Amino acid sequence: MSVETEEQARPASRSEAVAALEKDWGERPSLRSWFSTVDHKRIGRRYMVTAGIFFILAGTDAMILRTQLARPNATVLSPEAYDQLFTMHGTAMIFLFSTPMFFGFGNFLVPLMIGARDMAFPRLNAFGYWVFAFAGTVMFSSQLVGRAPDGGWFGYVPLTDTPYSSGINLDVYSLGLLFLGVSTTAGAINFIVTVVKMRAPGMSLNRVPLFVWAIVGTSFMVIFALPALNVANAMLFLDRRFGAHFFDPAHGGNTLLWQHLFWIFGHPDVYIIVMPALGIVSAVLPAFCRRGVVAYPLMVLAIVTISIISFGVWVHHMFATGLPQLSYSFFSAASTLITIPSGIQIFAWLFTMLRGRIVVRTPFLFVVGFIVTFVLGGFTGVMFAITAFDQQVTDSYFVVAHFHYVLFGGAVFPMIAGIYYWLPKFTGKMYAEKLSRWAFWLVFIGFNTTFMPMHVSGLLGMPRRIYTYPGDLGWDLWNLISTIGAYVLAVGLLLVLIGVLQAIRRGRLAPDDPWGGDTLEWATTSPPRPYNFVTVPTVHSVHPMWDERTTAALATDPPLPDHQAMATSELDGREEGAIEMPEASLLPLVSALGILVVVLGLLWGWYWFAGAGALLIFGTVARWMWPPERTPEEAGVAS
Amino acid sequence: MTAVTSPRLLSAEMPSGRTTGWWGMILFVTTEATVFAAMLGSYFYVRFQSGPQWPPPPLEDPKLMKVIIMTAVLLPSSVPVMWAERGIRKGQRWRLRAGLAITLVLGLSFLGLQAWEYSEDLKKHTLTTDAYSSLFYSITTLHGFHVAVGLLMVGWLLAASLRGSFGYRRHERVRLTAIYWHFVDVVWVAIFISLYLSPRL
Ligand code: HEM
Repeated sequence: MSVETEEQARPASRSEAVAALEKDWGERPSLRSWFSTVDHKRIGRRYMVTAGIFFILAGTDAMILRTQLARPNATVLSPEAYDQLFTMHGTAMIFLFSTPMFFGFGNFLVPLMIGARDMAFPRLNAFGYWVFAFAGTVMFSSQLVGRAPDGGWFGYVPLTDTPYSSGINLDVYSLGLLFLGVSTTAGAINFIVTVVKMRAPGMSLNRVPLFVWAIVGTSFMVIFALPALNVANAMLFLDRRFGAHFFDPAHGGNTLLWQHLFWIFGHPDVYIIVMPALGIVSAVLPAFCRRGVVAYPLMVLAIVTISIISFGVWVHHMFATGLPQLSYSFFSAASTLITIPSGIQIFAWLFTMLRGRIVVRTPFLFVVGFIVTFVLGGFTGVMFAITAFDQQVTDSYFVVAHFHYVLFGGAVFPMIAGIYYWLPKFTGKMYAEKLSRWAFWLVFIGFNTTFMPMHVSGLLGMPRRIYTYPGDLGWDLWNLISTIGAYVLAVGLLLVLIGVLQAIRRGRLAPDDPWGGDTLEWATTSPPRPYNFVTVPTVHSVHPMWDERTTAALATDPPLPDHQAMATSELDGREEGAIEMPEASLLPLVSALGILVVVLGLLWGWYWFAGAGALLIFGTVARWMWPPERTPEEAGVAS
Repeated sequence: MTAVTSPRLLSAEMPSGRTTGWWGMILFVTTEATVFAAMLGSYFYVRFQSGPQWPPPPLEDPKLMKVIIMTAVLLPSSVPVMWAERGIRKGQRWRLRAGLAITLVLGLSFLGLQAWEYSEDLKKHTLTTDAYSSLFYSITTLHGFHVAVGLLMVGWLLAASLRGSFGYRRHERVRLTAIYWHFVDVVWVAIFISLYLSPRL
């Protein structure tokens, strides 16, 4: 704190200051405030709940798939229904579940971890949530009417283009993902700006928690990767609806263009999904090893490197397409290279455990489960980087096994660890340890029983995306085991859900800092008040909560008054001044509705309706951004 | 500066350093630039994967006359924005208003010229003629759309400035709109070179 601050008139007492903050920031529970809130914690929880619902839906799709595949020649599903189910399962898991779930974690935790009072753009944040919720609803609704996308989650042309796919199914895919892209982009920008400008004073870049670094790395990947997907989907829509020829070789178009655009996005997307999960691991471990993650600078370097190299890896998804040989070896090298920063992180965690005093609680178990599955997935991944092997197993169940080890192992295990770990902060309640241990073992065993056998059936030649198979190929047993495993896994996941609901309803009240964690979210109440911190913390190290200087400052420094947050400098977190934070508003919801109208209008071919939506968007955004009227003195006018 | 009671109060009015809005706009423009990069990348990819003739016959190279005028109208339109921004930083509202008005006129002329250009192009080919045409129209329309959005922003600023919301203390929105407008301008240069000049090489 600077010297001048001491001259500032101190509020009569701390409790008076708190009462004033409650008044400035408090939201009276009402229907209106439910729709208009811009509190990052409410929005973050909403993201998580909504993404959780999408996970249940996409998981149910998977259970139906596994039921169909349990026995040869089964007739649970027609081939058409099977196509829709696996496409929606994959698309929803990737786009509507993983990233939004982590954005939910990020929304709730990033401002708390950096000692801020909210995101940099709270209204944009609310807007992003609504767009996400609407996009997911549109996409899942198509399943209700049997018109869901059915071209696989990466929607390769020409299959997905006219005339091979008619009907509305793939328009739902292209428009739905474009719609969702708005939300993801808005979220990514918001995260970066929040972290760049609103860290607590003293939190220089070398004191930023690893989870926050991971969210920032992810957001940068979104900024540079998502446009390629959006462009591809816009082209697909123009091809299908308005007769353009981007992907049509008969008119000079190019089908591989789709694959390039898709994988320029798609490969970084694997890391967009997994990186925040790795961040969760780095956040959870210190509390259960009673020490910080070793080699902090290397961990940061690994995050930054992954964000960059991940773009060089896209062609490895296309080894089977026949590109010139030289480019193969380049991309093969990039694919292998990326295992290095991932390996660094794994070793750092292992050393952290080795050098720490381990306390085994459920979040820790899920972290260990993650490391085991993720390393197995990484191992089969390195096998793909060898072009010759890749040619053999492309499009077999070996691939399905591999990416579930990476995605489920790499994203869902850490996510569940995070849910248990931060449940006290999210809800103010503790989970029940015993039930959660059952959940862990069922998920871990169920997961491996589901996906380990797929390696075998894949090597035995079973292709992915087949709705059934004849009984004499030696695949029966492996498929049956896999389906049984899927049911075990589902029970385990159900126990996680029950555990959370039980905790919310009758869990023990959580203390502010149940784990003795090292980051700032533990410095405030569980759950935090709307203003997060009475006093903006001053940070002196990477582990502010293990640092007496910070905890002492929290108790004695003067509160930051009014509806304000603090801006600090980009690199070294020097205090620059207070910024006024926006109030709750319905405008984000209304503009998201405007986009919904545009999307539905385009989907159904009601172009006038889409036009009306555009007007609605314009009207609301113009109001949203309208500057307040100011006297010449306030604005500053030369006389 | 006159005597100030507390540094915090002072900075609440005029935060030093870059603002959150500035960073937000820079990131937005970055991701938008990536969108255009992906479009132009697709254009060149399709071009180099197709036959020796580009644009594919019977289409000819795009005519240059009108687009050169369009470029000559759009590029300089960044200057009055800059001039307006400089002005409001000194608290000169008239400069803000005049600069924005000039930009508005230039931008509208650009769109008018583009409509005229389209009306002639469309006689020769449309979005559905071939992949070249699909790329040509989608890229130029996307850019035209950005110009239109930029103009809405400029017009909106002009309206707000007539009401008197801006001055040397408060002009962040002017700064952000200016960034967006410069971006729309620069992208046009890339499009002009790629779509209009490069086929002649
Ligand atoms: C809940 C447990 C899960 C089960 C039982 C399951 C099962 C399956 C099965 C059987 C397939 C193959 C369909 C086929 O090729 O015919 C599949 C595909 C897929 N799964 Fe999962 N999965 C689960 C969770 C996840 C998660 C968490 C993710 C991602 C985060 C995911 C992403 C995918 C993707 C991307 C595909 C490919 C879809 C396509 O081929 O287009 N799955 N899943």
